[in-house]
Amino acid sequence: MREIEASQITSAVKQLFIKASYHLPEDVKNALLKAIQNETTNAAKQVLEILLKNAQIAAQNDFPLCQDTGMAFVFVELGQDVHICGGLLEDAVNAGVEQAYDEGFLRKSVVEDPLRRKNTGNNLPAVIFTEIVAGDKIKLTVMPKGFGAENQSRLKMMIPATTPDEIVDFIANEVIASGSKGCPPAVIGVGIGGSFDTVAHMAKKALLLPIDGHNEDPFYADMEKKILEKINNSGIGPMGVGGRTTVLSVRILAAPTHIAGLPLAYNYCCHSTRHADIEL
Amino acid sequence: MIKINLDTDAPLLREQKAGTSLLLSGTIYSARDTAHKRIQNLLNEGKSLPITLKDKVIYYMGPTPTKPGKAVGSCGPTSSYRMDVFLEMTLQNGVAATIGKGTRDSNVTKLAEQYQAPYLLAIGGAGAYLAQCVTSSKIVAFEDLGAEAVRELTIKDFPVIVGIDKNGESAFF
Repeated sequence: MREIEASQITSAVKQLFIKASYHLPEDVKNALLKAIQNETTNAAKQVLEILLKNAQIAAQNDFPLCQDTGMAFVFVELGQDVHICGGLLEDAVNAGVEQAYDEGFLRKSVVEDPLRRKNTGNNLPAVIFTEIVAGDKIKLTVMPKGFGAENQSRLKMMIPATTPDEIVDFIANEVIASGSKGCPPAVIGVGIGGSFDTVAHMAKKALLLPIDGHNEDPFYADMEKKILEKINNSGIGPMGVGGRTTVLSVRILAAPTHIAGLPLAYNYCCHSTRHADIEL
Repeated sequence: MIKINLDTDAPLLREQKAGTSLLLSGTIYSARDTAHKRIQNLLNEGKSLPITLKDKVIYYMGPTPTKPGKAVGSCGPTSSYRMDVFLEMTLQNGVAATIGKGTRDSNVTKLAEQYQAPYLLAIGGAGAYLAQCVTSSKIVAFEDLGAEAVRELTIKDFPVIVGIDKNGESAFF
């Protein structure tokens, strides 16, 4: 049994949120560079160039990439041979989030009740997903997720007779219908299968995959490609001003499901798929 | 790129056509969901507003906290469609233009024509870049709302694209 202090978790979570909020992931930067080459209009090129410049300014000045520094999502992969000492896991994670949003000058965007809407003032609570895995390590992955994009996500319980092409059409048509509300160019995480609750979680986890990668299964890799092409052929473009880059990437995660069901969800993310991870 | 100083050449803004890139300088005011709701409540109750809306340019934005030595925090636009229900109220009270991101309700086109008030697009996700185009910021209303408080911002060469112009033409694809 390996012992890990709760304070180590707090410190790691704090650093990860600050890092994710200030630094655009490399795969996104590369995708933006590639997208600029693909664009033909000045407006689309200008938007993408400003987004790259934004990443440079944020990194150089230790400054948040975006004013919506999000709700705090934390994925914990906890090795079953780890013993956390000196506090509870949930408290340790929440303390790290609170410190990050305070000391990192990040916007506190969480309200304590969905209808009465009083700001909690510390961006808590974090949304924590814990998975018990083999080994004696803890992997922490953080995702500050803005809600302009989150609001454009969808979930639909399809029927088993649904064809892959119908799934492609559903996702592409809904993303196109969102127009520029969700801050395109976007990254789309898709969940297929599982159940009503797990499919949305899979969609969110798909956003953690490298955006320049593809599903290992050629069947799903092909669907990823078709969804991407169909959306980009819409011509919505960066910020909706027209262009070839409406989405940078589509990633799918699939899982076993029930004979009567075919849950489908996608999680819409802006270009800045902010995330960072560490293994303790 | 057309440069417009909002403090001295405000009427020029109205003449710009959809799709035109502009660099704005001068004074604008931030307000988003909750500030709009409060303004609406005050008007409904017949009370006076903490700021006058006449001829003001409203920016749908709530920044990150200001770091020491900086004029403002990260300050990109929020999605405008959530403020569609408040647009006519602000235009009736003299707002000259709004700045935000994203497509809006079809009714907004009609209102832009009726009130000759363009809707401008700032670049979503470019909060750090846009912060460099803000030279000063101070809270002028609803301080208790924190990020959602109304701020008076002085901007310099702040890039926007005309999203919907006074003739109801749109830059959206």
